Amino acid sequence: MVFPRQRNDSTLRKPRNWYLTIGAVLTACMLAFTALGLFWTPYAPSAMNGAARNAPPSAAHPFGCDAYGRDVLSRTLEGAGATLTIALAVLAVGAVCGLVVGALCGYYGGPADALVMRLCDSVAAFPSVLLALVVLAVTGPGRYNVIGALGVLFIPSFARLVRGEFLKYRDRDFVKSARLMGVGDMRIIFVHILPNLWPTLLSGLTIGFNNAVLAEASMSYLGIGVSPTEPSLGYTLKDAQGSLFTLPWCTVFPGLAAVLLILGVGLVGEGIRERMGAAS
Amino acid sequence: MGKAMLKRLGLLIGTLLLVSVLAFTAFSVIPGDPTDAVLGIEATDEQIAAFRAQMGLDLPVWQRYWSWLSAFVTGDFGRSFKFDMPVAKLVADRVQVTLLLAGVAFALIAAISLPLGLLAARRPGGVVDRIITVLTQITMSVPNFVLGIALMYFFALVLKWFQPEYVPLEQGLGPHLRFLVFPALAIALPKSAMTVKLLRGSILGELDQDYIRTAYSKGNSRAAVLRRHVLRNAMIPVVTFLAMAIGDIMAGSIVIEQVFGIPGLGRILISSIGNRDYPVVQAVVVLLAAVVVGCNFLADLLYRVMDPRIDGR
Amino acid sequence: MPKFVKRALLLLVVIAMLPASLYGCTGGTEPTSAPSGDVSNSGSEASAAQSGELPEGNSVTVGIAQDLSSLDPQLAATAGVREVLFNIFEGLVKASPDGSVTPAVASDYELSEDGKTYTFTLREGVTFHNGETVTVEDVVYSLERCAGSENDGTPLVSAFSNAVSIEAVDESHVAVTLAEPSTEFINALTSPVIPAGSGPSITETMVGTGPFRFVSYAPQDNLVMEKYDGYWNQEKAAKLDRVTFKIIPDVNSLVIGLKGETLDMVVHLPNTLLGEVENEFTVHQNTMNIVQALYLNNAVEPFDNELVRQAMYYAIDVDEIIEFVCSGAGVATGTSMYPAQSKYFMPELAENYQKDVEKAKELLAQAGYPDGFTMTITAPSNYAQHMDTAMVLIEQLKAVGITAELIPVEWQSWVDDVYRGRNYQSTVCGIAADDMTAREMLVRYMSDNRKNFIAFSDPEYDEVMAQAMASTDDAEQTALYKRAQEILNERAASLWLQDACELVVMNPELEGFTFYRTYVIDMAAISRK
Repeated sequence: MVFPRQRNDSTLRKPRNWYLTIGAVLTACMLAFTALGLFWTPYAPSAMNGAARNAPPSAAHPFGCDAYGRDVLSRTLEGAGATLTIALAVLAVGAVCGLVVGALCGYYGGPADALVMRLCDSVAAFPSVLLALVVLAVTGPGRYNVIGALGVLFIPSFARLVRGEFLKYRDRDFVKSARLMGVGDMRIIFVHILPNLWPTLLSGLTIGFNNAVLAEASMSYLGIGVSPTEPSLGYTLKDAQGSLFTLPWCTVFPGLAAVLLILGVGLVGEGIRERMGAAS
Repeated sequence: MGKAMLKRLGLLIGTLLLVSVLAFTAFSVIPGDPTDAVLGIEATDEQIAAFRAQMGLDLPVWQRYWSWLSAFVTGDFGRSFKFDMPVAKLVADRVQVTLLLAGVAFALIAAISLPLGLLAARRPGGVVDRIITVLTQITMSVPNFVLGIALMYFFALVLKWFQPEYVPLEQGLGPHLRFLVFPALAIALPKSAMTVKLLRGSILGELDQDYIRTAYSKGNSRAAVLRRHVLRNAMIPVVTFLAMAIGDIMAGSIVIEQVFGIPGLGRILISSIGNRDYPVVQAVVVLLAAVVVGCNFLADLLYRVMDPRIDGR
Repeated sequence: MPKFVKRALLLLVVIAMLPASLYGCTGGTEPTSAPSGDVSNSGSEASAAQSGELPEGNSVTVGIAQDLSSLDPQLAATAGVREVLFNIFEGLVKASPDGSVTPAVASDYELSEDGKTYTFTLREGVTFHNGETVTVEDVVYSLERCAGSENDGTPLVSAFSNAVSIEAVDESHVAVTLAEPSTEFINALTSPVIPAGSGPSITETMVGTGPFRFVSYAPQDNLVMEKYDGYWNQEKAAKLDRVTFKIIPDVNSLVIGLKGETLDMVVHLPNTLLGEVENEFTVHQNTMNIVQALYLNNAVEPFDNELVRQAMYYAIDVDEIIEFVCSGAGVATGTSMYPAQSKYFMPELAENYQKDVEKAKELLAQAGYPDGFTMTITAPSNYAQHMDTAMVLIEQLKAVGITAELIPVEWQSWVDDVYRGRNYQSTVCGIAADDMTAREMLVRYMSDNRKNFIAFSDPEYDEVMAQAMASTDDAEQTALYKRAQEILNERAASLWLQDACELVVMNPELEGFTFYRTYVIDMAAISRK
């Protein structure tokens, strides 16, 4: 380390750990919270209680109750589970497909690349609402169909991101020399080039997680999201936003859960990225 | 490069055609009919049949698509079932509103994220960087409709900086823009947070490249390295992102127009999908797609300007 | 590397100019759209011209959540258009708050003894907003257009399918002859009178005879109207100079608009927002003249079994639903009739199925479902009220072992699959009378009626309804309609719930709002204190 950046490197080490630590703690807490919701909720999330309508937070209902006397804590627990499942599944569909498509297109180029990219453009250019609506109109509403609709929508952005990076790397000297040494294309793509993409890709993944949660919330707002009988955080937020000012706890707590979940994952991404940056 | 560009332009038109086919097919798959929006749900079978025949709705899909397409390329966008007026007239004002909204949002993104991204990357781990990182993370985690309502509540009711009522362009460009800034802010804030994050990450990524070390070893100052080497490469993913963001901005404006009551493309798209008013949907979908594809095309162009290593393949 | 600096600069310029260039483009489209006679443009000119002269205090902005569809006053397919256009157009007769009709463009009318011929006397001195006097030609033209003269003969107003002839008797009299006698046909004559020869251009000229004249309409944004000084009835002339209907789809934004004083009044606000507005504003709470029910498809298992339907009716708690969904302000109906039809409404029917879980279980056991069953409830997702009701029902039905699954569908899918296609098990929705008659609420449940989407089939019901419709004796007809309502209740044709409730919220400075039993927002009666 004889480069002028050395001084910066030492200042880098400390915050890198902070992001990761805070992010990991937050994410762990939210995961524990979500996991708890899978096995136990203080009340049945959909059980209505006329006596507890609009009840503010109290010992019996720490997060208060909504207009139907449903326990907001229970609904937040259930919603966090739904949201996490949807976001992860959407990411899995979008990132895996996007990565493969983007890597192949970026590396090989040629007419196939142009064709696939045009197709990606078409999907990306297609108003997402219409696409989502079509999928949901054909398959019916519900969690898995939301995942399918959003997953497809996420492919182009990942594909483009990965392709852009591959374009940058494929003519680099280390790739050329690997090729000269007779290394196979697949190996070059996944072993030589791909690791260089981690910072960008992780950035994209954490942003993607974020986007998946928010996109699902937008779909709920427009009335084409999950079924109200299996509410996500986004649906709960949309459901309660009408009484934002009179029953703030119905919005604040599910909202906070969503924000903390995203914040935690985002900070973990940030932390990993710092570490990757320092290690390379 | 000219020939390659022409080819790309051809592909661009192909993309738009594909989009229009997709939209048309989608409409023939989903249940529902524009007759309900026009005649009401209690219309008699005779009324419905008469209306369908009059509007050519009883023809097969491909035939309807063909007549739509051949009219569309001559500039005849058809007539809205629901609003009972020419689509061109209906859409003209909305194009202005939505593009202006997107433009303001885009300007806000650029204005917010470029300086912040550079600032955050200047001293990674510094106090400024940490504050910016945490702030961007939080902004990114709020659903846009909640942000929109919160902005409206705060700026319109608490600070009284604007009236929570849409001001059309005819009342003057100033008041129109003044109103649009707030919905644009609701669209731009989460996007700029992402741009800051991406720009910062990408600058820091570039800083670790071997060629940067080489540049440093040649005795260049940090500022010079940043300007001459880093920014240029770091901008590539950012430009990709911003070009893609146009699509997101459009999607965001669909929700935000609903929240702020702005009569833009997004809102008419939503309501026309609901009404199965397919001439309007077709026109809006193709228009939105043209904007998005056009911006991606622009991003491709910028790639070439910024990174000569990428050839025209 | 000066080359790079240049490129970086280029990039920054491009990014900075993008918004500007986008604006540049749109600036260019303006002049092209203006000469096309753009509705909103002409309106804004008028508004610019007017804003200087009008005292700010005498104009009112009304927030509405739903888009207006085609403005054709005679088609007026949706309630939302009808209630707005009430202020601009009038028919020979017009609706009055109690649900009856009062003479408008006609000063008087007579119904012949056989109940088939209506003769109208035109009121003198009624003028259109363009200043011309309404003539007998205008009236005949308008009625013929309602009957389908300008399309292929399909009536624009369905009641006109009963009309055999429409003719001018002399300069001031018009006669309408029907095929079948009908005392209810008079309701169809609220259809607007428009200038002869208007044709489809009526949606642009919008010339009527009402207390307000049309100024401008920008789809999905606003509709503006102004006081018409030449209105024939000076007693009921508009008190406001200018009314703007502002279309804002988000209910929260409507409330913020009220609080930010850009809206003076909001109609059709969901009852759930009562808490947000009751302290600051004048709030009118009123039933919506619909019958909300868990409509059961009587043609499919297990709802083809009357015992099952009755068991379900005993299992649910209607009062709790009203409490949850309408803050207790809805009215339990017990049958397919809403309270505003006071002549026919039978509040006692709502008492018949008090919540009784034991009895419900017993009936289910008798029907062969001792352990309950699973079912689906399809509901239109854009109606929060119906979705919420479905959620409450699902919870209530759990008590007797019935597991219901909610399937939210988009409105058009609902119309296609549920209402027209009858391809569903059960649905929560609200049914209104298209023409505001009691008959309309009941006739649809006759076995072979095409609107009988619950496929209810009962010989006694069919007979009672047939007698009622043939009857010319008012007392007998009323008794028969009441009997029909009882049958719907006894047979538990569906789980009749309530006439739901909604809010009209006004700035406390405004007064004079009157509820009508039909779709009307009467702005002429409203004034500033």
